[in-house]
Amino acid sequence: MTITTAPTAPVLPEPSSIPRRRRRSEREGVKVNWWLTALMLVASLTVLVPLYFSIVMALKTPEQIANGSGFELPNPIQWSNFSDAYTLVNFPRAFLVTALVTVVTVLGAVLASSLVAYAIARNWEHRFFKISYIYLLSALFIPFPVIILPLIRQTALLGIDSPVGVTILHIVGGISFFSLLYIAFIRSLPAELEESARLDGASTWQVFWKIIFPLLAPMNATVGIFAFLGAWNDFLLPQMMIADPSLQTLPVVQLLFQGQFNTNYGLAFASYLMAMGPVLIAYLFSQRWVMSGVMRGAVK
Amino acid sequence: MSANEPAVLPAAEYEALSDSVADRRPPPVAPARGKVDRAYYWMIIPVLLIFGFFITLPALIGAFFSFTNFAGYGDWEFIGLNNYVNIFHDPTVLQPYIFTFFLAVVCTITVNIVGMAVALGLNAKIKWRTGIRGIFFIPMVMSALIVAYVFNFLFSTSLPTIAENLGITPLATSILANEQWAWLAIVIVTVWQAAPGTIIIYLAGLQAIPTDIYEAGSLDGASAWRQFRSLTLPLMVGYLFINIILGFKGFLGAYEIIVALTGGGPGTATISVAMKIFSGFTGGDYAYQMANAVIYFLITLIISLMQLRIIQRRGVAL
Repeated sequence: MTITTAPTAPVLPEPSSIPRRRRRSEREGVKVNWWLTALMLVASLTVLVPLYFSIVMALKTPEQIANGSGFELPNPIQWSNFSDAYTLVNFPRAFLVTALVTVVTVLGAVLASSLVAYAIARNWEHRFFKISYIYLLSALFIPFPVIILPLIRQTALLGIDSPVGVTILHIVGGISFFSLLYIAFIRSLPAELEESARLDGASTWQVFWKIIFPLLAPMNATVGIFAFLGAWNDFLLPQMMIADPSLQTLPVVQLLFQGQFNTNYGLAFASYLMAMGPVLIAYLFSQRWVMSGVMRGAVK
Repeated sequence: MSANEPAVLPAAEYEALSDSVADRRPPPVAPARGKVDRAYYWMIIPVLLIFGFFITLPALIGAFFSFTNFAGYGDWEFIGLNNYVNIFHDPTVLQPYIFTFFLAVVCTITVNIVGMAVALGLNAKIKWRTGIRGIFFIPMVMSALIVAYVFNFLFSTSLPTIAENLGITPLATSILANEQWAWLAIVIVTVWQAAPGTIIIYLAGLQAIPTDIYEAGSLDGASAWRQFRSLTLPLMVGYLFINIILGFKGFLGAYEIIVALTGGGPGTATISVAMKIFSGFTGGDYAYQMANAVIYFLITLIISLMQLRIIQRRGVAL
């Protein structure tokens, strides 16, 4: 595994032992365990088969689906499922809404959580910041179902029962956990860099933007990935909060295929794939990076 | 402003400072009495206000209405603890609790066995490790709702068709329509979706174990199972606890997978607590479900406090 950690973050327990161990094992002549490899490949089918199933289903005509179990290869291939689903769920609009919610959530989560974490980490002994810290953490104990009903009335009163409200809630809801990650990281940063900038007369804001924020890069990635996945895939919050159906996000518009009496499943699966596609493709191309980012969050 | 800095530096960071820096600067003043740069307040106060408005306020309003008979509209009055008393005699509320706890226990056990097994496999000397690992983590990036829709079709149509073709009549009906076994489908999809998170935590734990101890173990002639039981497992207890508690808490909130698989059915067999609480939004029993939510909150709070105790006692960092 290649870790894309900035050199200035040495204290985090990174999952870096693999390359070292592999090299060492090779030196000691430990052979590849082929039986285990085969076993793991078979086990990975539990993930691959549903994916394969979704793809072949998305390429079939209703007749092919009715006359088979679903696992057969499509023949002939019904590419039009994708274009039909595209117009039926108004994909461009749902995609745009989801993408906007996700991008703003990621930016907001990274900025708000890192600022809060920096203020708390640098004033650790100060009562106001300590109480703020405990207050923010207390939200980790509040399950979402507990606040959702009053929350929706509140956002409706304010007129933000829309993607705007969903974005705000995604950012606010993540702050507790994300600032926890940031605080642990900031406290592990060496203070010397900051010190010398202060001696040169930099203000707190300048120190944060010029020195701290760039150093936070690995944690920004971790928080960004969590915020991205949370916002892109969320169903509960948009489903309950967004009043205007034409402004719904990608997961929620899939409900369209459930109520229909004679569901065209080829169309439905094409739509599912289009909703998951962007994230899946992004994951395939940035797999190592995502993995190391998530690992960093997991061990904290 | 930089003159205030020593006053706000935490003690731990003073220890981390090199001698030369420590020599240059005055010794730390008790920070609680020192002046704090105003910029720090600007960094945190707006967030605290928004946070209070969108998280704390709804929680308080909800708790307030749980002592009323508010239907979600119209007039209301205080009815004391009536909602709470009624809940304990209401099978439509108690049944979701029993089902959700059952589901959470089964999912927690299954996901931890699966997660540990896969993590051990991924940590061993196998070919194409990065690629195989990448496959196992795919469910992490997928929407639980859509995953459940895909499995819905698999369970309700594909598997019965295959079973019928093979002549296995007992399996030829949809498991989702089976009152006794619909939970199994929910467990399968939930574990499928939650496994990557569990695997990651175990993998982090396994990678932190020094390889030397296994070398010593194999020199002593310990079998693979024996090494797992006597060396790996004791070193992984902390991660096991984290996974059990995180998982259990998460599974108690089960919602979208059930919505997409069974919708709470057949009948009311698979309604979860979260689904029941959300029904207060349209069902005209807003205040009653808020009381339900408060009870749900207290239960998760107790679990969270247990989590803190265990983590503190074991000295596990989370």
